[in-house]
Amino acid sequence: MNYHEQWIAFATLVVKEIRRFARIWQQTLLPPAITIALYFVIFGTLIGPRIGEMSGFSYMEFVVPGLIMLSVITNSFGNVVSSFFGNKFAGNIEEMLVSPMPNYVILLGFLTGGVARGLAVGAIVTVLSLFFTDLDIQHPLITISVIFLTSILFSLAGLVNAIYAENFDDITIIPTFILTPLTYLGGVFYSMSLLPEFWQGVSKLNPVLYMVNAFRYGFLGVSDIDVRWAFVMIVMFVVVLFIFSLRLLETGKNLRA
Amino acid sequence: MTNNIPALSIRGLRKVYGNSFEALKGIDLEVRAGDFFALLGPNGAGKSTTIGILCSLIQKSEGEVEIFGKNIDSQFSQAKKDIGVMPQEFNFNQFEKVLDIVVTQAGYYGLPRKLALSRAEKYLRKLGLWDKRNDRGRTLSGGMKRRLMIARALVHEPRLLILDEPTAGVDIELRRSLWEFLKEINEQGTTIILTTHYLEEAESLCRNIAIIDQGQIVENTTTKALLGQLNKEVFILDTKEALADFPLIEGYPAHAIDPHSFEVEVDKAQSLNELFVALSERGIHVVSMRNKANRLEELFISMTNQDAQSLDSRVATSDEGFAS
Repeated sequence: MNYHEQWIAFATLVVKEIRRFARIWQQTLLPPAITIALYFVIFGTLIGPRIGEMSGFSYMEFVVPGLIMLSVITNSFGNVVSSFFGNKFAGNIEEMLVSPMPNYVILLGFLTGGVARGLAVGAIVTVLSLFFTDLDIQHPLITISVIFLTSILFSLAGLVNAIYAENFDDITIIPTFILTPLTYLGGVFYSMSLLPEFWQGVSKLNPVLYMVNAFRYGFLGVSDIDVRWAFVMIVMFVVVLFIFSLRLLETGKNLRA
Repeated sequence: MTNNIPALSIRGLRKVYGNSFEALKGIDLEVRAGDFFALLGPNGAGKSTTIGILCSLIQKSEGEVEIFGKNIDSQFSQAKKDIGVMPQEFNFNQFEKVLDIVVTQAGYYGLPRKLALSRAEKYLRKLGLWDKRNDRGRTLSGGMKRRLMIARALVHEPRLLILDEPTAGVDIELRRSLWEFLKEINEQGTTIILTTHYLEEAESLCRNIAIIDQGQIVENTTTKALLGQLNKEVFILDTKEALADFPLIEGYPAHAIDPHSFEVEVDKAQSLNELFVALSERGIHVVSMRNKANRLEELFISMTNQDAQSLDSRVATSDEGFAS
């Protein structure tokens, strides 16, 4: 397969993935928008004023970047894990496996689908946030690059989960017991400076903390951690997960007998 | 179509599953370009494993496989381009539209969208599905779904088409029309390998047949030569009057089925005329006569050590297939 043919195969898979989540927008785009809007209302408008300032900003201003990041993480992960596992479960994955598409094209296709949904939901949530607060992005390049890399990272994580999953329970365990706690404890709703010193140290083991703080830095210009270190962490995770996912596809783990 | 490079060349193919079950015990097989080839065998014989390896859905343990001279390991991309596969199970996305399913598959093979659309139209029209192009896959009948999978397998116009039970569960009329379609594309140069439980299908369509049993090829020859091995046939004769005493005819082993019919074994060297003369002499009027079983089925039973009773539950003759 030459590069032009590989590009066509890649574009075909990406269009299929985007068509999938767009077709079922009531399940993929609408629920996160409603959930995050409720967060804005409850935490931002109702409880926020009683909390006061956080890191020198109103609670609403503080929480918006975290909630955008929360929606991007869960939707990037959720899109790939449900789509890939659905393909595997129904046998459609064989359409790709019998074709001459290289494994990295399959990987990039699902990855792009996950990023597309993550960023689409992120964009919807960002627009919704404008009804509650003004957004003044301090470092646009950092903001965009962090959200993009984070979306890639969790799309890859979703793919790994989907490859290992053998039933529908397996694709809910990781989001419920790992992803949600990491995200909620990753500084979405609070500044790490509120925690006792010991728990600040523990929090630094949470990779989501680096993503949320780097993203918040892009918006507000404040962060609990060094943004450069955050970039190193995110890129390192992306590289490791990409190599690992590709290896899983090449060995045919849970895909080829 | 003649070609010196075989469409499929398998050497020493072996597959051992994780539970130590040896599904293929080092098989060798060659299918020449342009052939219409049947791979037959009882359930669990190794047919699906072989096909799975050809399509890279199953990883082989040992051996070499070449598709039109291209090794499936070292030249996998070129080799895969030459293969179109129709699996036994429906494995397309049931929520997608018929046209999208076929066009998407073309895209996976690197076909530009314009060409993919024209190819999809060509094969959906040929297979009588063009009117259903905007319907979701799940709304199609079983026969339509099977035709959709054939269109999908053909959209990149492979030189080797592999069909795993292509007419399983479809009615006899549709089966016949699919046979005509497959004959047509074979005449146009596409090599076809099929597995089937309808042995009549293999006998009607295929020029060459391999029989696989317990992971080994037990026969690989032309359909004609295979049928030539058949040295006797069993016929069922229906009589006009009820037979009070069952007639014993020397040289023709027979036994009664009911008062109006009996079955008789006729050796290839014997003459049916002699049998009918003997029956006439005894005043027996035969009103109809038929083969007890498909001829290929009889050979299949003997080669794979299947007893007729167990075969009944697994191998359907055409009429049984229609009824199911």
